[in-house]
Amino acid sequence: MTEEPRFTLGVDQNKYLPEDGTLVHAIVSVEATGAPVAAAPAAAAEVIVLDASGSMTYPESKLRSAVTAAQTAVDTLRDGVHFAIVAGANTARMVYPRDKRLVPADAEHRAAAKAALLKVQAAGGTAIGSWLRLADELFDAHQDGIRHAIVLTDGKNQHETDEELDAVLFRCAGRFVADCRGVGTDWDVAELRKVSTALLGGVDIVADPEDLVTDFRAMTEAAMGKAVADVALRVWTPQNATVRFVKQVAPAVQDLTGRRAEGGPQAGDYPLGAWGAESRDYHLCVEVPSAGVGKELRAAWVKLVVPGAAGEEERVLATANVLAAWTDDEARSTRINARVAHYTGQAELADAIQQGLQARKDGDLDAATARLGRAVQLADEAGNDPITALLRKVVDVEDAATGTVRLRRDVAKADEMSLDTRSTKTVRTRRREG
Amino acid sequence: MSTVQTAEAACPACGEVVYPGEDFCEACGHRLGDSPPAPPPAAGPPARACAHCGEPAVDDEGYCGHCGLKQPAERDHLEIELPGQAAVGVSDRGRRYPRNEDYLALAACSPHLIGVVCDGVGSSPHPDAASRAAAEAGAAALRDRLAAGDDPAAATRAAALHAARAVAALAPSPADAPSCTYVSAVASPGQVTVGWVGDSRVYWVAASEPPPRDPEDTEDTSALTGSRQLTDDDSWAALMVARGALSEAEAEAHPNAHVITAWLGADADEVEPHVRTFSVDRPGTVVVCSDGLWNYLPDAAALRAAAGSPATPLDAARALVGHALEAGGRDNITVTLLPVTATNGVRP
Repeated sequence: MTEEPRFTLGVDQNKYLPEDGTLVHAIVSVEATGAPVAAAPAAAAEVIVLDASGSMTYPESKLRSAVTAAQTAVDTLRDGVHFAIVAGANTARMVYPRDKRLVPADAEHRAAAKAALLKVQAAGGTAIGSWLRLADELFDAHQDGIRHAIVLTDGKNQHETDEELDAVLFRCAGRFVADCRGVGTDWDVAELRKVSTALLGGVDIVADPEDLVTDFRAMTEAAMGKAVADVALRVWTPQNATVRFVKQVAPAVQDLTGRRAEGGPQAGDYPLGAWGAESRDYHLCVEVPSAGVGKELRAAWVKLVVPGAAGEEERVLATANVLAAWTDDEARSTRINARVAHYTGQAELADAIQQGLQARKDGDLDAATARLGRAVQLADEAGNDPITALLRKVVDVEDAATGTVRLRRDVAKADEMSLDTRSTKTVRTRRREG
Repeated sequence: MSTVQTAEAACPACGEVVYPGEDFCEACGHRLGDSPPAPPPAAGPPARACAHCGEPAVDDEGYCGHCGLKQPAERDHLEIELPGQAAVGVSDRGRRYPRNEDYLALAACSPHLIGVVCDGVGSSPHPDAASRAAAEAGAAALRDRLAAGDDPAAATRAAALHAARAVAALAPSPADAPSCTYVSAVASPGQVTVGWVGDSRVYWVAASEPPPRDPEDTEDTSALTGSRQLTDDDSWAALMVARGALSEAEAEAHPNAHVITAWLGADADEVEPHVRTFSVDRPGTVVVCSDGLWNYLPDAAALRAAAGSPATPLDAARALVGHALEAGGRDNITVTLLPVTATNGVRP
């Protein structure tokens, strides 16, 4: 019996709507506490996918750092965690073990894996879909525990079509979680974001290969801290209601709306991935028919659900209500919940940055200035200092409060890509005190 | 430990003992079902049917599993009546407040009809408990006193003080004191007696208005002829008007207008109920109500017009509450009607 963190669900919202109001917004906070570090850990599987295309040797330090980082990750694995290392180019091949399976982490397998890593040769192109397909095969025999992959690339997905990649992502969604890393500046932020989003993981840039070791260790440690896999947010809604969107808004923006799966009568399940001791916030928007002034509705009933062990029922870990109450008191219906406002702004911030950078690439400098100006303003309002610092490498800020900016002339590619990659990272607001 | 009474059934509204064959509770007038009150819903099915969509899907939290509607609490809308609609009462949560903090009670002690309305003070803890305790205690005490032969004025005063003690007893400390207003009316043969603390009111609504009075005549203020208000609020506005500091309109417009200057509760000064007795020699209706009604219908003529000429007293009470709801329902709305007719003892 594996010990499990304790989950709590909290809802922040203004339930009051005007007489004809139909849109209900709420921030649903999920918190898991007390994940056992020393207690019997959950079964876990880890696949490390390293880009071994020819470009990894320009400069040579990229491949060397990636190998060292992967070796560090192998050392960071908890004893008994099943793992494998995959090298990716036009196709994927096993680095360790030689055959397509996972082996338990112990002294012997660690040493052999680290030795095998030193023999990795870089040649050929990039077909990320084929790498993920191999990872998925490897996880096949380990679907009842934590499944996590690290995917490192330095280039664009040039040796397969978008359709091929999309098909693999569709196939792999829900099968394992993947954190993606782009090393150097020749990869495509939007492409890697698509991969990490589909696989419920994070994406980041490691501009300097020297930083890969620290980053791989941190990612592996985080993966080892996960105690529950395949958590889902079940959202029940009333008859004639529609879920407009479900977005993770902290620690990063991730739209889950399209990920809905059947969750029983009048309910849909949205995948939340694997959990350790951590907290995340979600923005839920439901459209309900107005029931009239004085009436109150359960606009959504949210439940945290995990699959049961083999042959057992799924389990509900926590529940909470999202309400709608109609009033003709404008003072009540016009009040905007502070957390809803905060995260609405943070989601807009991510959009503004991505649109602004795209406009800049397209040569539409007016649009770029306007969107990045808006981003500066939103980051300032929310107190999102890390994003503000990144924005200042791309624009000169004249007045943050009004979003008055000038595009900088010489912008380092790494700075632009860092801003793009990290645009979805949000800062939290605390739940209401007391 | 006191012995537990299991042989007798209790009124589901007030808990008073009721007996087989009674259609209404003697104490509070709550209509008793043909079958004993249903026990609280046990865990598991069958689920209650939704008041909105009708699906039998109401869960333990009170929400419909089909349409999501929060089911109305029992107190959200109450209708009570004495046999034959000798007296009726309607109470409604209104459209603004999350719960109904008003309460009402009816009782009969032949030939007297009794109506009590209490309005919980919103700024106090558990105002809903205060209003219920006061209305039930007041009506029961009035009935008992009248049955014991007290005259209505003495019974009215004693009942108000009894209600005050019942409310004060709810408070764990004076700093944590549930409180409410209190108003009672007793319609007796040829006589109407009212008693109050706070700003809940009694009106007399005549069945037909008398011709305009000759200004030369001296008015007998203790005789009920034309429709009028029978109580004077214990409120800041009334106090200002009484002192001549403000006109009625000025006082009503002031933000403090509805601050009450007397109430029942452990934090109240010594309770001094006002008691008035009126003679009556013509048919009409005694209207006992909370400010959720009179805010929209402050004068007796408006009240008379809003009630219309419905078929039954219950329809009249529903019409009055409906009027307040239509007008906005900003507060809980409660009204009891004690009809005075040739058959229930008015002097010919």
